[in-house]
Amino acid sequence: MTDQTTQPTSVASPSARPSSGTGGMLGLTKKDSTLMLIVFGLVMLAPFILNPFPEGSAMAQFNAGYPDLMQRFVIFGIFAIGFNILFGLTGYLSFGHAAFLGVGSYAAIWSMKLVTLNVIPGILLAIIIAAAFSFIVGFISLRRSGIYFSILTLAFAQMSYALAYSVLTPITGGETGLQIKNTDTPLFGGPTDGSIGRANLFGAEMGNSFELSLGNWLFTFNLGYYIAAAFMLIAFYLSIRIFRSPFGMMLRAVKSNQQRMNYTGLTPKRYTLWAFIISGAYAGLAGGLMVAMDTQVGPERMFWTASGEVVIMTILGGAGTLMGPVLGAGFIKYMENIISKINKDILHEWFAFMPDGLEDIMVSVVYPFIGKGWHLTLGIMFMLVVIFLPGGLVEGGQRIAARFRRNKNAD
Amino acid sequence: MDQIIVQILNGLDKGSAYALIALGLTLIFGTLGVVNFAHGALFMMGAFCAVILSKILTISREVAVEGQTDFLGNPLMRDVPVIYNWFGETAGAAIIDWNVPLAILFSIPIMIGIGFAMERGLIKHFYKRPHADQILVTFGLAIVLAEVIKYFFGANPIQTPAPAAFTGSLDFGVWLGYDPLTIMYPYWRLVYFFFSALIIAGVFAFLQFTTFGMVVRAGMADRETVQMLGIDIDKRFTFMFGLAAAVAGLAGVMYAPIVAPNYHMGMDFLVLSFVVVVVGGMGSLPGAVAAGFLLGILESFASMPAVVQVLPGINQIIIYLVAIIILLTRPRGLMGRKGVMED
Repeated sequence: MTDQTTQPTSVASPSARPSSGTGGMLGLTKKDSTLMLIVFGLVMLAPFILNPFPEGSAMAQFNAGYPDLMQRFVIFGIFAIGFNILFGLTGYLSFGHAAFLGVGSYAAIWSMKLVTLNVIPGILLAIIIAAAFSFIVGFISLRRSGIYFSILTLAFAQMSYALAYSVLTPITGGETGLQIKNTDTPLFGGPTDGSIGRANLFGAEMGNSFELSLGNWLFTFNLGYYIAAAFMLIAFYLSIRIFRSPFGMMLRAVKSNQQRMNYTGLTPKRYTLWAFIISGAYAGLAGGLMVAMDTQVGPERMFWTASGEVVIMTILGGAGTLMGPVLGAGFIKYMENIISKINKDILHEWFAFMPDGLEDIMVSVVYPFIGKGWHLTLGIMFMLVVIFLPGGLVEGGQRIAARFRRNKNAD
Repeated sequence: MDQIIVQILNGLDKGSAYALIALGLTLIFGTLGVVNFAHGALFMMGAFCAVILSKILTISREVAVEGQTDFLGNPLMRDVPVIYNWFGETAGAAIIDWNVPLAILFSIPIMIGIGFAMERGLIKHFYKRPHADQILVTFGLAIVLAEVIKYFFGANPIQTPAPAAFTGSLDFGVWLGYDPLTIMYPYWRLVYFFFSALIIAGVFAFLQFTTFGMVVRAGMADRETVQMLGIDIDKRFTFMFGLAAAVAGLAGVMYAPIVAPNYHMGMDFLVLSFVVVVVGGMGSLPGAVAAGFLLGILESFASMPAVVQVLPGINQIIIYLVAIIILLTRPRGLMGRKGVMED
């Protein structure tokens, strides 16, 4: 690490171009382009991959290929990727990132209410406002580190939540939040017949879907999902570039030894603040996309447990890795939406092949961990990961892969 | 003037709860150096000790009422708590009525046991790991504990009333020469305040006047030297963890009549009590107690109508605002020791 932290200082700002354009496309190395291509393929084909079971079969409840959930996968993926740029690289644990997501959401919905129902300006505004807000919060919070930093971000987020809930009601809609109403008259291209406006991209509505029926399978291709997915791919690409850039190296240096950085004449705070702003902008993008997909927002989006969720996602998947946050986000959203729906009757069906007594025992053993109890499973898994797998699911996968490889070599 | 007294009184009971939780947090941090995000969960477990005891006490059996029949001519059945058979009806009813104070005795061994189990089973392995890891694993534990409670007791708050003798309010203003009914203060909140003052005094006395406490204080100041003197400091610190868990638990038991226990009350209190700890200064016991009462009272002052009119919403954010200002201007908090978690 030492030799890396003492690299030339000319590569200070995040916009500095990485020098490592060794072959590969888009300035990525070969390995990274492969990763990028895999993610691209997975995201584009998600409606197929997430719907492996035919309609009406017993396993159909495990299908996650409906637009609403797929959108959530990619949006929370973006949120976690952004959080990972801060926590994974610099080690600063922010417990207040949901505030930036919320601020982005409010900005986007106001843009849709007042300016245009086109989602692009709303999303851009969300990014800008969230970045500006995270600059303020980061500038103050980064005066401290460690637990104090966590508490400061937590305090800012709780303040934003409390204010959005009470005093700022004229702007935030208070407890009921904000929706697009039929009384809203955006400057450009609002509905003229008094109907409720819908979010669109140059006229194409977010809710538009193309359904493909193949035999018993039904695949849904949703425009909103693909727009969110495009943003997610851009976000993922940028995160690879940040990870591989000298700037990313500086952020790792912040994590490993700030004192040494100071001695070499670098200012750790400047880099950390940039990381904070970038991750805030990512959160704002996620918030803006949420509004674009589902045109409403409420203050509970900013509550501190929402910040805790993104922490869990990132760490469960693997903090400091590229894929980890995306995996973690997908994993948690899958559990939240699919596993939580399993009830006792379904369990009885599963274990129906067992003798009666055993079946009841199995159901009562498994039941607390799924269905409404999925938080329990999540909590236990999270603890296990923190205790045994500090690198998250990604590290788990790598260990398993390494074991297989070793076995092969031994043969 | 009477308004100010009312606000101070209102702040006292919330402040007592903050102070007790922050005291436990600081005990753990000061001795073991662990940031325990599951401390709110311990508070919640304490409150549920009261719920569990009341469920145990009211285990009932159906008994026929003599001389009465229902409309089908069968003897009328009535649920009678089993405890009536043991102690007679009046004593039994009194025991059920005094459930919450009795739960204090019931909760101490349970909470110490939970504390021991937590420290030996989990926290012990995290001494050498970074604070972020400690925060994360205890945060996970807090989720697990809350979900276990939710599984057994459901998501709805469970009313756990105080003994009948303590319902109603004290007309505090009369003592100070105000008209009757100007300053009313519920008896149970008064009890809570004195109870927590007693616990705080007890913990301080224990640390100050016993040999055990002296060793613990020495260990807090310089762990290695104490170990070199041949004292098994780890064992004593484990005990302190149990004690801290019991303090949080007792705070929870007595809080049950004020706010009906539900599974997420721990999370609600956790954030605020952490703010209290950092405002008081990490590792400073008097700081934690003082900051607890201070922030409790500040919060109730900020919710006075006169204040809210001038600065709308201030009641919602005052604690966080104070915390941010103190953290930025006094890196050690109000009474933090030099060299403890300053960066």
